[in-house]
Amino acid sequence: MSQPFAKLPAWADYGLLPLINLIVAFFVAGLVVLLVGESPIDAAVLMVKGAFGSGDGVGYTLYYATNFIFTGLCVAVAFHCGLFNIGGEGQAYIGGLGVAVIGLGLGNILPWWITFPLAIIASGLVGALWALIPAWLQAKRGSHVVITTIMFNFIAASIMVYLLVGYLKASGTQAPETRVFGDGGQLPGLGWMLSLIGLNMRSAPLNISFLLALVAAFLVWVLIWRTKLGYEIRTMGYSPKAARYAGIGEVRIIVITMMISGALAGMMALNPIMGAQHRVQLDFVAGAGFVGIAVALMGRSHPAGIVLAAILFGMLYQGGAEIAFDMPNISRDMIVIIQGLVILFAGALEHMFRPTLLRVLQRLARTKRQSTPAVAAEGGQ
Amino acid sequence: MDMFTVVLQVLDSTIRLSVPLLLACLAGLYSERAGIFDIGLEGKMLAGAFAAGAAATYSGSAYAGLLAAIAVSVALGLVHGFASITHRGNQIVSGVAINFIAAGTTVILGQAWFQQGGRTPSLPNAARFNPIDLPGVETLSGIPVIGAIYSELVSGHSVLVYLAFLLVPFTWWVLYRTRFGLRLRAVGENPAAVDTAGISVPWLRYRAVICCGLLCGIAGAYLATAQGAGFVKDMTAGKGYIALAALIFAKWRPVHAMFACLLFGFLDAIAIRMQGHPVPLIGEVPVQLMQALPYILTIVLLAGFIGKAIPPKAGGVAYVKER
Repeated sequence: MSQPFAKLPAWADYGLLPLINLIVAFFVAGLVVLLVGESPIDAAVLMVKGAFGSGDGVGYTLYYATNFIFTGLCVAVAFHCGLFNIGGEGQAYIGGLGVAVIGLGLGNILPWWITFPLAIIASGLVGALWALIPAWLQAKRGSHVVITTIMFNFIAASIMVYLLVGYLKASGTQAPETRVFGDGGQLPGLGWMLSLIGLNMRSAPLNISFLLALVAAFLVWVLIWRTKLGYEIRTMGYSPKAARYAGIGEVRIIVITMMISGALAGMMALNPIMGAQHRVQLDFVAGAGFVGIAVALMGRSHPAGIVLAAILFGMLYQGGAEIAFDMPNISRDMIVIIQGLVILFAGALEHMFRPTLLRVLQRLARTKRQSTPAVAAEGGQ
Repeated sequence: MDMFTVVLQVLDSTIRLSVPLLLACLAGLYSERAGIFDIGLEGKMLAGAFAAGAAATYSGSAYAGLLAAIAVSVALGLVHGFASITHRGNQIVSGVAINFIAAGTTVILGQAWFQQGGRTPSLPNAARFNPIDLPGVETLSGIPVIGAIYSELVSGHSVLVYLAFLLVPFTWWVLYRTRFGLRLRAVGENPAAVDTAGISVPWLRYRAVICCGLLCGIAGAYLATAQGAGFVKDMTAGKGYIALAALIFAKWRPVHAMFACLLFGFLDAIAIRMQGHPVPLIGEVPVQLMQALPYILTIVLLAGFIGKAIPPKAGGVAYVKER
C-alpha cells in the first residue's frame, strides 16, 4: 500500500464515514452521561424535545445555529486554503466593536434597514482586519497561523474587557456593557417565518441575521467552487507547491482567505448584539468561535454541511439548557464535551474507520460479484 | 512597606506563578521537539488539576493526587498520540479536541461527584503540597539582605516548585547529552533519517507524548494541590497557551524556556501587584494590557523583531513510512 489510504466511493466518503464518526462521538458522550448517573436515552429525548418541541425552542435553536453558521464558515474557508483559523472567537469578539460603532452611533437616527448593511460591513471589516496580522505573519514570516490566532483571541478578549469596563460602559450602571441601542440598532425578529409553519416563537431571539447567515453560506459556496479566487484558494489548500508553480501568489491568497474568514467571524457579532441583546456585553461570543471548528469539521467544510451541523449544534445548545432543569448533573458543559468529541472523532480521527470500512465494502463488492454469475447461470437454465 | 520587601514579594510570586507555566512549557518542549505539536497542554493541565483535586479529596494524600493527575494527563496525551501518530490525524485538531473534552468533563464530573458547581472540596493542608523550609534558613536569617532573600525567595516553596526548576537542567541533559534526546530531536527534524537508522518513529514519538503528559500532570497537580487548595472550574485560565507562547519565545530550548516562563510569570505578578496602583510617570496601567502582554510579546517575536523562531522542521507532520 503505497498510498496512505485507498479511495472510498463518494457516498461512503461524504456520507457514511462522517456519520460513523459522529455516532461514535455521541456514543462516547453517552458514556459520560452514564458516568454521572443519568440515562443517555432520556437525555437525548429531553434534548430533542427542548430544541424542537416548542416554538420558542425552535427559535432558540435557530438563533444559536446562526452563530455557528458564521463561525463554521469562517473555519471552513480557511480550511480550504490549508489554514487553521482558530481565532474565530477573537475575530467575532472584536467584530462586536464594528456593530457597536454603528448601533451606538446611528441606532437612534436611521432605521434598521440602513444600519443593518452598515453594521454588516463594519463588523466584517473589523473581523477581517483582526485576521490580517496573523495572515500576514503566516504568509511573510511563516509563523504558524494557529499560534498567532490563539494569541489574538486573548488580545481581543483583553481589549474588549478594557473597553467594556471603560469607554463603552453605559453611564450609571455597574455592568460591563454598552447602553441599549436605539430602535434602528435592533434587527426585526423572524416570528412571522415560524408562524408560517404554525409555531409561536414567543420571546426567542431568532432574527433576520439567520437569513444573512444562509446567504453567507450560499456566497461561500459560490466563492469556493464557482470563482477563480476559490479555485486558487483550493489549489493552495491541496498543494502549495502546485499553486506556486501555477503562478498563484501565496501571500495574496493567504491574506485574502484569512480576511474573508475573519470577516465571516466578525459578522457573527450581528446576531447576538443587534439581533438579541441590542447592546454589547462581556463575552457575548460565548465560545461560538470554537464551536465553529466542530461545525466545520462535521460539515466537511461544505456550506450545506455546515448549515446542517450548525443546526445540530444549535439543538445541542438549546436542548442542553433544557436538560439542565431535569437532570441537575448535566449542565451546558456537556455540550463542550460533545464538541470536543466531535472534533476528535470527525476531525483528528477521521481516518480511523476508513481501513475497516474499505475492507467491509470490498468484501461486499466481492461477494456480489461472485453471486452475480451464479444468478446468470440460473437464468440460463 | 519598603521597596526591598515589595520587590521580594513580587519576585516570590513570580516564582509561584511561573511554575505551572514552566512545567507545561517543558512538557510542550518534549512533544514539539519530537515533531508533535501540542495545543492540548491547557486541557491536559486542566484534567490533571481536576484529577489531583479529586484524588486528594478522596485519599487525603497529595501524592495520590499527583499520581492521579499524571495518570489522567498521560492518558489524554496517549489519545493525542493515538490520533496524531497512529492515525496520522491533524495534530492541531486533536489538541483542540482534548482541550474541549477536558474543559467539559472536569466540570460535569466535578458537579456530579462533589455538587459544588464544578469545583472540588477545599483541601486540608495535610492533602496539599506545603511549603518546605530549606536547611539553613535560621542560620542565614541574621544576615541582612541575603537572609531575607534566602528565606523569602529561595526557601519556603512546595516540593513541586523545586522539582520544576530541577527539571530544567535535567531536560537540557536529556535533550543534549543522552541518546534518547538526540533521537528525540532527530525525529522532530527528520523522521525519515531516524527511520532509516532502524529506530521506530512512532514509539519514539509516543514516548515524547508520554513525557509531555507526565509534566502536564505535575503542572495540574501543582495548580490544584500546591498553589490552590482544590480544583476550580477552568483553573488553568489560558496558562497552557501562555506556556505555548513561552515555548516559542524560548525557541524550543529548555534553559531559555525557564527564562521565558519567569518573564511571563513576572508580568503576571506585576499585573496583580499593580492593580489599582498608579505607576509614576505613566499613570495607571490597565490590567488587561498586562494580561495581554505575553501574547503581544510573542506576536512581536513571531513578527521577526526579536530574532527568528524556527520550529522543529517536521513538527505537525505525521510520518508516513512508505512514499
